[in-house]
Amino acid sequence: MSELKNIPYYPGCTLNTVAKHFEDSAKESAETLGFTLSELEQWNCCGASYPLSPDNIMGLTGPAKVLFEASKAGESVTTLCSVCYNVLKRTNKTVHDDKEKRETISTFIEADYDGSLEVTHYLEILRDTVGFSKVKESVTRPLKDIKIGAYYGCMLLRPFEDVGIDDHEAPTIIEDLFKALGAKPVDFPNKIECCGAHLAVGGKEGDDVVKQLSTCVMRSAVGSGVELIVTSCPLCQYNLEQSQEKAVKEVSGYNAVPIVYFTQLLGLALGQDEAKLGFEKNVWDARPLLKEREV
Amino acid sequence: MPRIGVFVCQCGNNIASTVDTAKVAEEMKDMPGVVYTADYKFMCSSPGQESLKETVKEHKLDGIVVAACSPHMHEKTFRKACEKAGLNPYKCEIANIREQCSWVHHDETKKTGTIKSIDLTRMTLERLKRNKDLTKISIPITKRALVIGGGVAGIQAALDIADGGRDVILVEKEPSLGGNMAKLSETFPTMDCSQCIMTPKMVEVELHDRITLYTYSEVEKVDGYIGNFTVTIRKKARFVDEDLCTGCGDCWNKCPFKIDSEFEHGLTKRKVIYTPFPQAVPNIPVIDKENCPKIQKDKCGACALVCGPECIDFTQEDKIVTEDVGAIVIATGFDLMKNSKFAEYGYGKYKDVINGLQFERLASASGPTAGEIQRPSDGKVPQSIVFIQCVGSRNEEKGVSYCSKICCMYTAKHTMLYKHKVHDGQSYVFYMDIRAGGKRYEEFTRKAIEEDGAMYLRGRVSRVYEKNGKLVVQGADTLSGSQVVIEADMVVLATALVSRDNAADLAQKLGVGYDKHKFFSEYHPKLKPVETVTGGIYLAGTCVGPMDIPESVSMGSAAASKVQALFSADMLDREPITAEVAEATCNACWDCVTACPYTAIDRTEIKNRKGEVVSMVARVNKGLCTGCGTCVAACRSKTIDLAGYTDEQVYAALNAF
Repeated sequence: MSELKNIPYYPGCTLNTVAKHFEDSAKESAETLGFTLSELEQWNCCGASYPLSPDNIMGLTGPAKVLFEASKAGESVTTLCSVCYNVLKRTNKTVHDDKEKRETISTFIEADYDGSLEVTHYLEILRDTVGFSKVKESVTRPLKDIKIGAYYGCMLLRPFEDVGIDDHEAPTIIEDLFKALGAKPVDFPNKIECCGAHLAVGGKEGDDVVKQLSTCVMRSAVGSGVELIVTSCPLCQYNLEQSQEKAVKEVSGYNAVPIVYFTQLLGLALGQDEAKLGFEKNVWDARPLLKEREV
Repeated sequence: MPRIGVFVCQCGNNIASTVDTAKVAEEMKDMPGVVYTADYKFMCSSPGQESLKETVKEHKLDGIVVAACSPHMHEKTFRKACEKAGLNPYKCEIANIREQCSWVHHDETKKTGTIKSIDLTRMTLERLKRNKDLTKISIPITKRALVIGGGVAGIQAALDIADGGRDVILVEKEPSLGGNMAKLSETFPTMDCSQCIMTPKMVEVELHDRITLYTYSEVEKVDGYIGNFTVTIRKKARFVDEDLCTGCGDCWNKCPFKIDSEFEHGLTKRKVIYTPFPQAVPNIPVIDKENCPKIQKDKCGACALVCGPECIDFTQEDKIVTEDVGAIVIATGFDLMKNSKFAEYGYGKYKDVINGLQFERLASASGPTAGEIQRPSDGKVPQSIVFIQCVGSRNEEKGVSYCSKICCMYTAKHTMLYKHKVHDGQSYVFYMDIRAGGKRYEEFTRKAIEEDGAMYLRGRVSRVYEKNGKLVVQGADTLSGSQVVIEADMVVLATALVSRDNAADLAQKLGVGYDKHKFFSEYHPKLKPVETVTGGIYLAGTCVGPMDIPESVSMGSAAASKVQALFSADMLDREPITAEVAEATCNACWDCVTACPYTAIDRTEIKNRKGEVVSMVARVNKGLCTGCGTCVAACRSKTIDLAGYTDEQVYAALNAF
């Protein structure tokens, strides 16, 4: 695993700001598992959405520039945020497969990039390069059968021919990780449904959609006996937390559960200091549950 | 000097209106080698042919050009006339001055049409001068047929050929005849019991004097060509002596080991020594050697202890047999697409999500529940069932692009079977379109909806999940534009029909074509639907593409009639338009072997008197060659030429232009 040492890492905007605890816990866990996430020297916003109209190349220039910068750092680039992962991976594929677009983009960003980079998500590194068995060996504070609900959302999985880190209809990668950490993952039907994504910033109407979708996710999870939800995306995290806040206010008898980034619990299981994992930044604190279970 | 006659046809006004036929004939008169010319109103009429025959004899002609319609129309007619007049039929050539001239030129002064007709006729004349006398190729025929696959299509083909008095070898890879049809409960649109109509046919095959049945066997190799195939068949070891076994069943009753039954699609278990189902033909068990502890590690052997006739032999090995046949019918059937591609429907995850064939078994009187509809998980009678159509069909992204054709009908049938057995049960069907083209088919689906109360919802299902012991089906009803959530007790997937796993492999063994879905290709989808491009090999049933039982049976019979026609003569006459190798110049590059679409070219050794190999050359199998000319174009040393279309002939025609 010697080639593992330094992995070029693209944070994206939120990981340096509101989701800093996502990044910190991931970096710290990486060190425990024997590798380092090396932030790219130069980077910009990924654009946060992949342009769906075929002739809109403008939206690809941002991520293409990121990929170009990353190509200077190594042969692969990894991300933590699902949206960044989705945008970079799809842009990379477009640049790789479509010669005409590649040339246009190159001219615009004044840099040659051919799409040869491998875009990975942190979860993939844990599964494919480190291996969940190695992760399991490194666990010092097992999660003691806490019923984890793995929330995937869309961006890690779809469109499956371009992205898909796992079976896009029945993924298990996060569950497999948490089994290794000693938790007890619980399958729930809406784990791959959309949370409403960017509609959260779309005014009242968008907000209603997000509320509806995310509440469905939360109810489906809680209804299946989930005690704690893990996410891999700052936007999902935000939407689920916001919706739960509303659900608590509006639905009588609604049982709120903590929603945390998967790396926070990963760090905990690997023996990091609980105080540094940012649990206080989550709207619903996971620590009472952890304490109750004597993790 | 040749003695050639040129006959120009007016074809009533078809040619004469834009071509001055008399002038064409006149022009030809002075061409070297021409001794007779004429123009006539209808050359193809009886008087026209008679005058042609008489002229050939009278003027001692040694070749004729008929300037008339396309050779597709009347080349045969005129060649036959020549033959009757004592002339080699391949010394008659047609210049097409109708389809390729008079019909496309509208110049009423006849100027252009006439000039072009003269050109075309002159070219044909020069070609004809270099024609050689050719004789039809005669091939002996072995009048026995091989049928691969013992489902309903193969059985039909085998019985029809055998009833016509010819011997048939029927090869089936499973331990019993029956194929997919033997698994079905009742059949649409008449609702007659599948096994009731199928098993008598299976028995008929077994008892037929002219049919040799190889079950649990596979075709390993096919050599030869139309009329003369040699087939190598692997008879897999049954570990049971077929001659001694009485089918009493003591062995499988005694066997202590149970495995998921393939025939029941995992709904129940079978023993390790087993027949797939009680009505199996032949009623002789096989031992599943992978799972037999006696064979694997010499433990148990209980079956042999109880076997009265002592017919169990654990040391039996596969046997290789060869059979000579003149024709082959492929009827290898279909598989269902693997549902694992569609995790959203939960197949494999939830026991009560099953596929169409599993539902057939549940509804079948001989099935694991004796025909009572019960949930596989707990044996309860489901109060509601959701049927999901087009699982994999018409879905290019995740499945296949084509429509599987029979699912609309069998799903309607399933809803009816369910209603007839569970009167208060409610069925829901998610569909894309109801495709019910066929005799009494539309009425059948209407009946399911109108009389048997099936609730049809036009839309797709996004997800199936379990909640409180129910299967929650989340889908869309596009007609009302709303999201639908149904809590059901069972879900049935109408999964796409796909070709057999080894279809491409078999196609390559036999030298027949297949499409991107690995379905075998017909010679012509409309006019030669049961032939393949390889002479003597025919197709029947779902190995060609999805189809229902009546179609499969029709194809089986049609293939049989083709075989009968082939066997009706003692010798097979083939056109002598075939490739010929000048062995002296062949440099054995084998480009022709690669190029030939019919595998008609072999590598042959040339030996000296001492029997030592001195060189290798290509040799054309006249039985397989269709005269397509691909090898001629591929041959770098100009060693291959096509009889009747030699380079010399073609250049002569071009030079005359």
